[in-house]
Order: sequence, then structure tokens, then C-alpha cells
Amino acid sequence: MRNILAIIERELRAYFISPVAYVVLTIFVFLSGLFFRSILAQVLQMGLMSQLQAQQLGPRAMDMPGMITRGFLSTMSVILLFVMPMLTMGLFSEEKKRGTIELLLTAPLTDLQVVLGKFFAGVTFFLILLLTTWIPTGFLYLYSSPASGPILTAYLGLLLYGLALIAIGLFISTLTENQIIAAVLSFGTIMVLWLVDVLANNADSTTGKAVLTYLSIISHLDDFMKGVLSTSHIIFYMSLMLVALFLTYRSIDSLRWRG
Amino acid sequence: MITVENLTKRFARKTAIESVSFQVEKGEILGFLGPNGAGKTTTMRIITGFMPASDGTVRVDGFDVFENPIDVRRRIGYLPENPPLYLEMTVVGYLRFVAKIKGVPKEKIDLEIQRVMERASITDVQERIIAKLSKGYKQRVGVAQALIGDPPVLILDEPTIGLDPKQIHEVRELIKDLAGNHTVVLSTHILPEVEQTCNRVVIIDRGKIVAVDTPQNLRFQLQGAERVFMEIQGPAPEITSKLKAMPGVIDVHTVGSNDGRHRFQIEGELKKDIRSDLARAVVQNGWGLYELQSVTMSLEDIFLKLTTAEERE
Ligand SMILES: Nc1ncnc2c1ncn2[C@@H]1O[C@H](COP(=O)(O)OP(=O)(O)OP(=O)(O)O)[C@@H](O)[C@H]1O
Ligand SMILES: [Mg+2]
Repeated sequence: MRNILAIIERELRAYFISPVAYVVLTIFVFLSGLFFRSILAQVLQMGLMSQLQAQQLGPRAMDMPGMITRGFLSTMSVILLFVMPMLTMGLFSEEKKRGTIELLLTAPLTDLQVVLGKFFAGVTFFLILLLTTWIPTGFLYLYSSPASGPILTAYLGLLLYGLALIAIGLFISTLTENQIIAAVLSFGTIMVLWLVDVLANNADSTTGKAVLTYLSIISHLDDFMKGVLSTSHIIFYMSLMLVALFLTYRSIDSLRWRG
Repeated sequence: MITVENLTKRFARKTAIESVSFQVEKGEILGFLGPNGAGKTTTMRIITGFMPASDGTVRVDGFDVFENPIDVRRRIGYLPENPPLYLEMTVVGYLRFVAKIKGVPKEKIDLEIQRVMERASITDVQERIIAKLSKGYKQRVGVAQALIGDPPVLILDEPTIGLDPKQIHEVRELIKDLAGNHTVVLSTHILPEVEQTCNRVVIIDRGKIVAVDTPQNLRFQLQGAERVFMEIQGPAPEITSKLKAMPGVIDVHTVGSNDGRHRFQIEGELKKDIRSDLARAVVQNGWGLYELQSVTMSLEDIFLKLTTAEERE
């Protein structure tokens, strides 16, 4: 356990010594702020519209804070698509490039400890990113009273989604010594898992559509955003994460063989 | 302390080492000597558990590298060929990280770091960023890293590479100092290094062991007379061809002539003293013998001889 913590700590230090952490944090906070603002404007406009309609059709219930958080947290999934590969790109590729992997793999650590240390380093940084989104969400709590249930499930969904992305990026960073290649490949892979959703919408057969929708990394987020907790979605993200972590583990093993 | 048996490592396209076996006793310094690509790094990587072997076994302090990798790694301090340094860290920060992953108890970490920094003479750069250090200092940080946790076995892959002569001397003294309590395996392709620091030498070439002995013995065994210098008066071509035809003689070179006296350098087979045979041949042919002298071979010559022997055969 202590060794895993040591790896996490070193990795986090490395994030904050290099520009990576600042670039990622800046992009993330800036984009999420921008999205928040535009969603806020959108929802307010819809509010005005519905007030106008209410004069003719009678009053209608509208959960404005809910719409704002749902819209805002959904856009997080897009931002994360761009940001996560930057967090994971160097995790193993840099160790390979500099030869420090030889230190890790000859220290009295199991390969699992090494993989978990790296994974949780990425996860810790991701949690910091998620925490920053509490600033806009916090404002909603200050000025209104949004229903907490859907917000919590939305965060849970984002968390699971993020864990899967980190595991995928981690695996890909074991495949190359070049961080940039790792970032591009991770981005490409996640993009494919996104686009499956578009393919699903155009699929002819219903079973094909169902399969593609199930494989889409994004379709599983919808329910979380609506405040619905379903084990099948949780299982999807957890399996994706576990498969990617398993592949990472195997990749380290094969790296040992190949030297 | 270390037992290597029939170690073989095959890569996709290349067999790096084949049936390598040797032992290292407790407290000994073993030199691993061989030209580029001989398989030194590969052997060390297998001993340290960085990579598995295709065949054969390695035991360290009774533990099998493949069955009890963690037990073995706990007992080994390893300096890889390229020191595994996190360049963005300070020396102290880096050593603290290494101490943690090696499982040094928390309360002992500071003392341990001080100890290894003193040993490797890097206390004066402890707060510096590793990236900013000179090559020699980086190498010494690598050595310090291997010493953390005071492991009984040290595997050092070319520990003096990139150091200036003074630092080389210091590192060699350090290694000699460590012996006794530690078992050390170091690789090098610098011969004086082996002669000065090691108790025993394993010479490896193209993946195979060609000799295992003490530096003194290697020298002694080969010192016989297999390289002989002679000055003879007589017809040079005839002398060359007759000497060449003698049993035990591998090659004869003319290295100069003067007044009808010719100087020859004669290469004999290993471990054979051909001096008296040569003298007799000269006398029987009625030539004049002016000088006969065996040439002392340095380890360098021995090394070259051993590692090029295959090509001659
Ligand atoms: N990961 C690998 N994949 C394929 N071949 C390899 C690999 N590592 C080493 N080899 C090959 O195995 C042989 C032995 O290499 P090794 O690095 O062990 O030699 P060495 O004695 O350490 O050489 P040097 O003195 O140059 O460090 C070389 O021919 C090398 O090309
Ligand atoms: Mg080498």
C-alpha cells in the first residue's frame, strides 16, 4: 500500500512540476466555465419563453436548476474526452523513454502495484478536476435549490466514465515511448467509442442498433444525468475499466519479455 | 550468493545469451567482461528480475528469481546501464521515492538517504534538480539509488561509464569498500577496471561464457609463451612458412628486418609453451637465433584473444 502511495505521490508531483497539470486545469476550468455560462443563458431564455407561454396556456412546472446542472455535467463528458488523454499520456510512455521503468520493475513491487499506482495517480488528478466543477454547481446551490439526487447520480456517472477513460489511456501509454503518440491514440480510441453512438443512430437492424448503443461509451451516461441509477450502466463502465486495467497489466508483462 | 544456471534468453530475432552458468560467492566482486552486444546487460536484467529468461534458473540467496521475484528484488540493488533517474526531481526527492518503493521504514528514510549520499559523495548536490547535474553526478545518483536499503547484492551495469578519471577512481574505491559485506556483480568493457576491482572475471562473448577465473589466473595461464618475439637471421619467406607449419603455432608475422636479420612475432595456441620448439627449429634449419622472448600479454590481449578465438577456428 505504501509503495502504491509513493508512486501516486511522485506522479502527482511530476504533473505539477511539468506544465501538464496547469495546461489541463486551465483548459478544463476555462471550457467548463464557458459551457456553464452558455447553458445558463440558454436555460434562462427557455425560462422566459415558458413564462410567456404560461400567460396563454397556464403555468407549467420547470426545473431550471436541474436543467442547468444536467446540461453542464453532460458537457463535462466532452471536455474530458479531450483532457483525459493528456493526463494519461505520460504515465508509462515516459517511464519507458527515460528507462525509469527499469527501476519500477526491479523494485520489490508487484506489477499490479505499479499499475494501480499509475492508475490512481491519474484518478487523483481527475478528482481534482471534478472538484473544480463544484464552483459553478455551488453557485446554483447558493441562488436556488436544485434537487440533489440527479446531481449526485450525474457525478457518479462522470466519475465512472472518467475511470474508464483513464484505464484506456493508461493501457495505451504502455504501448509507446512517445507521449504525443499515446495522447493521440487514446483520443482516437475514445473517439471511436463515442462515434459508435452515431453509428447506432443510423443502424438498420434493431439488434445492431442495440449492440452499438450498448458499446457506446456515451449512451450510458444519459440515465445518470437524468437521475436514474441503473446497475447495467455501472457494470458497463466498471467492465470497461477492468478490461483496460487487465490489458495494462498484460502489456507490462509482455514489456518485460521483450525488454 | 548468486547461482546462474544454463541461462538462455531468446528475443524475437536474436539469442542474446545461451546457456550461461556461473556462481558468485558472498562478499565477492565479480567482473562481467565482454564487448558490445555480448549479453552483459541481458544477463543482469534477468538476475534482477527485470526480464524473465527463456530457459535456465537464477537463485539469489536461495530464492528463485522466477518463483520469488519480490524476495530476490528485496536483496538486490541495481544500477541499470542508463541510470533510471526522474530528471525533474531533486536528488533528495528522488532518493526518498526510491526508499519508499523499496520499503525502507518511514522513520529510517532520512538517515538512509544521508548514508547513501555520503557513500556516493553527492551530499553537496542534494537539493539540486537531477536534470541540471553533470553526467558524472547523475551516474553517482544512480549508484546511490542502488545502495538504498543496504541490499546484500549489488548489480552494477557499467558503473563507471561517463565518469572522469578521478570519479572513476572514487567509484572503484567505493565498490571495493562495499565488498565483504556485499556481493557485487559489475559489468564493463574496460579491462583495467576488472584487474583493479574484481576478485573474479567472467568473460562473455556473443552470448557465451568464454572464461571464468581470477584476473591473476587468467593472466598467469595465458602468460606462458603463446606470443613470442624472435629475431632470426635467414631467408624470411622460408622461416615464415616453416614456423607456421609447426604444431602449436597459429600465425607468424614479420615485424621488421635489418641486415638480414628478421624480427617475427609468433602467435601460439593458448596455454602452450612453444618457446623451446621454436628455438630447436631455428637451430636445426641452420638459421641464426638472435633473440627469443615471450611477450607478456595484458588482460586486454587475453580478452581480445578469447573473444576472437572463434573467428580463427
Ligand atoms: N530487447 C531486446 N530485443 C532484441 N534484442 C535485444 C534486446 N536486448 C538486447 N538484445 C540483443 O541481445 C544482444 C546482447 O545485448 P546486451 O545489451 O545484453 O549486450 P551488452 O553486453 O550489455 O552490450 P553493451 O556492452 O553494448 O552494453 C545484443 O545483440 C542485442 O542487440
Ligand atoms: Mg550493456
